[in-house]
Amino acid sequence: MQTFELTVTVNGTRYQRSVEPRTLLSDFLRHDLGLTGTHVGCEHGVCGACSVLMDGQPIRSCLTFAVQAHGHEIITVEGLGTRESLHPIQQAFQEAHGLQCGFCTPGILTTVKAFLEQNPRPSEEEIREALSGNLCRCTGYQHIIEAVQLAAEKMRG
Amino acid sequence: MDRKLIGKRVVRNEDPRLLTGHAQFVDDVQLPGMLHAAFLRSEYAHARLLKVDVSKARAHPGVVAVFTAEDMGKDWFPGPPLVSPPPTVKDVIFHSRRQVPLAKDKVRHAGEAIAVVIAESRYIAEDAVEDIEVEYEPLPVVLDLEKALEPDSPLVHDDLESNLAARLYQKKGDYEAARQQADVIVRRRIVIERGAAAAMENRGIVAHWDAQSEHLTIWDTTQAPIPIRNGTAARLGLSEHQVRVIAPYIGGGFGPKIMMFYPEEMVIPWAAKKLNRPVKWIEDRRENFYATTQERGQIHEVEMALSRDGRVLGLKDDFLHDTGAYDPYGLTIPLNTQSHNMGGYDIRNYSSEFKVVFTNRIIATPVRGAGRPHGIFVIERMMDAAARELGMDPIELRKRNLIPPDAFPYEHQIIDQAFAPLILDSGNYKAVVDKALELIGYEKFIKEEQPRLRREGKYVGIGVTPFIETTGVGPYEGARVTVEASGKVNVTTGIGTQGQGHFTSFAQIVAEQLGVKVSDVRIVTGDTSEFHWGTGTFASRGAVVAGNAVHAAAKSVRQKVLKLASKVLETPEEELELEDGMVRVADIPQKSISLGELAVLANPLRGAVEPGTEPGLESTSYYGPQYGATAFGTHAMILEVDPETMMIKIRRYVVAEDCGTVLNPLILEGQIHGGVSMGLGNAYYEKLHMDENGQLLNASFADYLLVSSTEMPHIEVAHLETPSPLNELGAKGVGEAGAIPVPALFAQALENAFHDRRLEVMEMPLSPNRLFELLNDVTR
Repeated sequence: MQTFELTVTVNGTRYQRSVEPRTLLSDFLRHDLGLTGTHVGCEHGVCGACSVLMDGQPIRSCLTFAVQAHGHEIITVEGLGTRESLHPIQQAFQEAHGLQCGFCTPGILTTVKAFLEQNPRPSEEEIREALSGNLCRCTGYQHIIEAVQLAAEKMRG
Repeated sequence: MDRKLIGKRVVRNEDPRLLTGHAQFVDDVQLPGMLHAAFLRSEYAHARLLKVDVSKARAHPGVVAVFTAEDMGKDWFPGPPLVSPPPTVKDVIFHSRRQVPLAKDKVRHAGEAIAVVIAESRYIAEDAVEDIEVEYEPLPVVLDLEKALEPDSPLVHDDLESNLAARLYQKKGDYEAARQQADVIVRRRIVIERGAAAAMENRGIVAHWDAQSEHLTIWDTTQAPIPIRNGTAARLGLSEHQVRVIAPYIGGGFGPKIMMFYPEEMVIPWAAKKLNRPVKWIEDRRENFYATTQERGQIHEVEMALSRDGRVLGLKDDFLHDTGAYDPYGLTIPLNTQSHNMGGYDIRNYSSEFKVVFTNRIIATPVRGAGRPHGIFVIERMMDAAARELGMDPIELRKRNLIPPDAFPYEHQIIDQAFAPLILDSGNYKAVVDKALELIGYEKFIKEEQPRLRREGKYVGIGVTPFIETTGVGPYEGARVTVEASGKVNVTTGIGTQGQGHFTSFAQIVAEQLGVKVSDVRIVTGDTSEFHWGTGTFASRGAVVAGNAVHAAAKSVRQKVLKLASKVLETPEEELELEDGMVRVADIPQKSISLGELAVLANPLRGAVEPGTEPGLESTSYYGPQYGATAFGTHAMILEVDPETMMIKIRRYVVAEDCGTVLNPLILEGQIHGGVSMGLGNAYYEKLHMDENGQLLNASFADYLLVSSTEMPHIEVAHLETPSPLNELGAKGVGEAGAIPVPALFAQALENAFHDRRLEVMEMPLSPNRLFELLNDVTR
């Protein structure tokens, strides 16, 4: 079977792996690198659970081939904070109860990271718009929106 | 009782794991030598299987095995009846027809599994599924509930005389006599169609047979790990102690994850044992639309008898319920509908017959609400129709019929979904309705704002919908609480958890008794090797049933702690207090001992323990209610409709909720918000469109619209507390409450917005298109 030599930086670590050209980035991260924090909810680019950052921009890893990440930098949820030292966005999500089952959460966190870097003082309207590509079936979004507001405050210091 | 932790907004113990991507979900399980499965699913909703040729698939490089029904031999038999026997109501009919591991001879819904390919990777397995050749003989498809019962209808199950799966009649008082005395009779036909539960995590299962220890381990996205363990052991001829089922972190349940057994749950463990290699199957989203259970399809013919002054004298509701191709879940959904048809109202005469109908659709099992939204839709729609007929304010009509606070416990003289008597245990219903009216500003809106908005050309309507939710039903749950030598506390319980915050609410209950930090209480749920008695998470019962078992076990451990500490500190028990992980003498704080030290003393390595004592600071307790605790709430909404596009904007959304003792308001509000979002989907966005051949037309998230952050309104929540007298915590469930009244509320607000155009909404789900059609119908 034809394979491709892939070099990619994920959460600051450089990886070299042979992959089949048809391997999805989501499968590569989860299965080849064991970074199972990125979740797959629909495999057709609608739910947003698989969102990761490629060179700082959120992308759907279920709609991206691993080979498309060649030479790029990827940040996944594992690249934000640790359990002992949560990223301010993660802290805000805990404090505001911005997650229930937690399945959609990794994609929301990465999306919010890019959003707040671009817009540190968002209105509620802007937050709703920014989250509209991430489906959550548990929370009704209200606590997520509050968590993003709180995260913005924390990040502004 | 003065409570330190119960009722507080405590942040969740489980969050750091979930937020950093370290919580294990089923698809995260990776085992050495693990194989991957993909299923071939029926293209037809109803067809004979003439030939299934898997030879090419078997020859596909990387494929390890392909199995059909034939290949399973004597291990091929249907799943067990999940809720049986049917209740002991007179003249009940129930034909049990259960799903099979892989279809044999005939397929009964599109997406039914026919064969499984097991390969070195999922990619290869899916490639090889394409190589399977199936010869079908298509049969006429049964979809319409009414036509399905006609004598010439094709049959879903050829051995039955008709597509009738079940029939059950219940009554209270004498409806016919009430009808004779009535001034007004209101009749309506109500149609509710199917939606999907759509948990963000699809289903999945990993099975690992260890041939050396003869032990089977299964990771399953189930809400009920213990019944899955027991049933799997029985299917495979193993002891229950040879099977361990782990329901790790689960990405949302909402009901379908307690369907037992799914075909995949029968096939994957069997295949792993047969091949002696771990096998993983993870459902994809398209499969989720075709192979995960759904709910909501019912048709009602309703009649309400009233006096001129607005007393409901009686209610009659005969309805059809769509069970899909099989009926493993028994009568739970229609029984729930039947027992919510009277809402929170004092209705003395009731007559209801339901017929459950087999169709060529995926099986129906409970989805958040589980028949309750239908019951509330029926009674609340009839209330509004009756108010118009009587020329009475719809809120006034409701208030005249609410069960008064001094009438509890209120007996309805019928049985509920748990086959227990339907008794509403406690409540102050009028206070909750008044709270919602006050928050939404009902009077002011009706008298001032609405006329003003109407003059501005805006269509803005208000709805106020009270509802009950029966919760916390039996049979029982259990829990074991252990103080460990570290001074930390471990708690195990049998229920599964899918995001409800059990790791925190149960920890609060324990910390309250033992005087430790909430974060020092570790909760283990959903692992049968840790606790193996219990049923599962369903019917809004986790906090009530497991919560009270946890409470009882924690109280018992507290007694053990006090007894031992009293000896060690030479102080009477009543002078001791538990705080900060220590037992202290109340007036002499330096005279104290830590829980950890006590745990060591209770489990000594040498010396003699007193006869009759048990080692350790540990206790196991069970809680089983005689009947469920019933919650009550009222939702109110102000809704604006663009009369050109039929797009909507929710201007205000208010929830007044009485679910007894509040354990954690943060978690409670989250449950309500999520329920409302699903309810809004059921009302205006989420309808499964099926063509006449039984093929879904919107089986993707691009076409089946879940409510997103831009549609969701801000929700204001108010809590009232009428503790349930049925359990020590005073708790009532709330998991499904948010979803239950929303379709009825939505219909009411729409009718109110278009009251001058005489709109009447007797169906759900709607959509902008459908609303446009309904408005055109009444205008014509």
